[in-house]
Amino acid sequence: MTDDLTRPRTTDGQPTGATASRATGSATLEGAPLLKVTDLKKHFPQYIQKLLRHPDAPVKAVDGISLELRSGQTLGLVGESGCGKSTAGRTMLRLLEPTSGTIEFEGEDLTRLDANGMRRMRREMQMVFQDPYGSLNPRHTIGNIIAAPFEIQGIKPDGGVKKTVQGLMERVGLNPEHYNRFPHEFSGGQRQRIGVARAIALRPKLIVCDEPVSALDVSIQAQVVNLLEEIQAEQNLAYVFIAHDLSVVRHISDRVAVMYLGKVMEEADRDELYERPLHPYTHALLSAVPVPDPEREQGRDRILLKGDLPSPQNPPSGCVFRTRCPKAQQKCADEVPEVREVSPGHRVACHFPELRQVL
Amino acid sequence: MSDSSYSGSHRADEHPDERPGGDPAPARDFTRVSSSRIHTLEGERPYLDVVDLKVHFPTDDGVVRAVDGLSFSIEKGQTIGIVGESGSGKSVTSQAILGLHRGTRAQVSGSIYLDGQELLEIDDEELRRLRGNKMAMIFQDPLSAMHPYYTVGNQIVEGIRVHHSDMSKAAAKSRALDLLARVGIPNPAKRVDQYPHEFSGGMRQRAMIALSLANDPSLLIADEPTTALDVTVQAQILDLMRDLQAEFGSAIIMITHDLGVVAEMADDVLVMYGGKKVEYGPVHEVFYGPQMPYTWGLLSSMPRLDRARRDTLDPVPGNPPSLINIPSGCAFHPRCVYRGEVPGDACVSEIPELIDTGSGHHQVRCHMPQERRLEIFANDIKPRL
Repeated sequence: MTDDLTRPRTTDGQPTGATASRATGSATLEGAPLLKVTDLKKHFPQYIQKLLRHPDAPVKAVDGISLELRSGQTLGLVGESGCGKSTAGRTMLRLLEPTSGTIEFEGEDLTRLDANGMRRMRREMQMVFQDPYGSLNPRHTIGNIIAAPFEIQGIKPDGGVKKTVQGLMERVGLNPEHYNRFPHEFSGGQRQRIGVARAIALRPKLIVCDEPVSALDVSIQAQVVNLLEEIQAEQNLAYVFIAHDLSVVRHISDRVAVMYLGKVMEEADRDELYERPLHPYTHALLSAVPVPDPEREQGRDRILLKGDLPSPQNPPSGCVFRTRCPKAQQKCADEVPEVREVSPGHRVACHFPELRQVL
Repeated sequence: MSDSSYSGSHRADEHPDERPGGDPAPARDFTRVSSSRIHTLEGERPYLDVVDLKVHFPTDDGVVRAVDGLSFSIEKGQTIGIVGESGSGKSVTSQAILGLHRGTRAQVSGSIYLDGQELLEIDDEELRRLRGNKMAMIFQDPLSAMHPYYTVGNQIVEGIRVHHSDMSKAAAKSRALDLLARVGIPNPAKRVDQYPHEFSGGMRQRAMIALSLANDPSLLIADEPTTALDVTVQAQILDLMRDLQAEFGSAIIMITHDLGVVAEMADDVLVMYGGKKVEYGPVHEVFYGPQMPYTWGLLSSMPRLDRARRDTLDPVPGNPPSLINIPSGCAFHPRCVYRGEVPGDACVSEIPELIDTGSGHHQVRCHMPQERRLEIFANDIKPRL
């Protein structure tokens, strides 16, 4: 790789784990980003008549998002189903080919790399999937599944593959003696640990976690969340954490971006976003989540949104949220709101942002 | 909830073997209609009264004790939230109330009284008259709970006419239209002739609710009704269910794993673990003064939306038990960090009784002495919640 000079200060021996960076508060925006996504778009072409390739309007799953992520930090991507958060995560890793925009990883634009270059880069970026059942090959042993990254990348780890894999299994809380077992012999939580072990095998710098805990029971969720955080602190990993569960995202993220219909509506440091949300969609989203506190629940004001998510094939003009926004005015239909930085690190795409506490 | 209703279920729980009638909870064979049972009624029985319900499934690997001696009750207009992990027996409980295990190998015993009628004793014909009429279910996944080949309107019309054969198709259809409008489906005149796949997730769940409300049931069982939905849609659906309950005064059993939903919706909470009730009480008491280590674990393992981050979450260690091989003694003991508090090996060898905590409405199943539980909660658990 030619990027040794541009590599940010991740290997200077400083223990810049997750907790260390959290302590510095607003430091979430300082230093060179590990991942910088600029105006990323992913449109899926549609055809009215498939055979004749007569084109229809494309589905704009991701429509111009710009985000940054630093080493050792977590960027939470939240939004409802269909908002494009999973597509965004996959496009960032170029598991899906972006329609336009750039993805800079340590200063290198991934969109310009050929297949070989991309394969090399994949050592640095991995993914943990939502479905612990569908993401593990049922015919492969756990040992083979976790060893696959070494095999694909042609890497011979010190001490041999088996020993390394068993070390990884131990690290994620699995019994290394279960090396030869098959996925069906494990529970959902254990399978998710297998997925984590596979993702960290090559010591990547970035992991995109797509709903990693939403298929798990509450008591098991916390085990996996804690594991992800421990590993992050140890290896100075950066996470893109995609989830619809706003409570888990508040816990694990340093920064949070709220997506709606392929666009980022609001982005801020974690506590800033939850305590001082500005975008009407963020208000509605946060107010909709019930909290496990009966008295608080009874006194809470819910902002109920009308209707359903519009089609990403035919999004509304101007602000995409305007059809469901309680504050929409004519300007919202006429002009697309620019993403504005209203205070350091707090960006919002709304013509009429308003501070509102909804929790 | 009235005191008498409470004591009914409580008594049965404390002495599951001292059954009136003397028979030690026989596995029920549905072909046999037993009339040997004598019930001592003291005052009014609650609207729904589940007494010592057991649902066991014999399998090649052993007996799956999905529900193992569960008692609870609700009155009309009330909501009970049943929480627990997957495999704790929540859904099987609701299926047993609806009689969905009839004709299967499941062994169901105990009693389920709905409006004074013993549901496990009535014949299939009578049960059919109750199902969808007096009691109805809202399923988690409306796409598989609704028939893909029939329009939504036809399914509702069928649901109405099964119980009201005298109603004309036109009248039933106009009722279906009213119902769809009532659950907030826009443009019901057009929607009524559409198929389930043409509805979005939230709309489909509304249609499912309309279907379950077709005959004004007085008992609604909602099995994870909003789990598959987005939070903004969930808020709409929960709001709708609350409105409908206020309007029709139905009793609701809300089965969920989301403690936030319980806090919002329920009057009482029942925490299940390994097929048993481990804690039960009014929602305020269980959320602000939980006494069972498993409930502590559930509450403290959840990250909170409304608070800044604590250091790390406190997960419950280990995995939920297999129902074929439920741990001896207290089913929670292998995962319980407070096992050392109980002298001897009671946690491992003896199933703890349900104990009343003294407030009259709050029961807990734990060997730890109450003073110690209160102390641990106040000193260790509460500061971390």
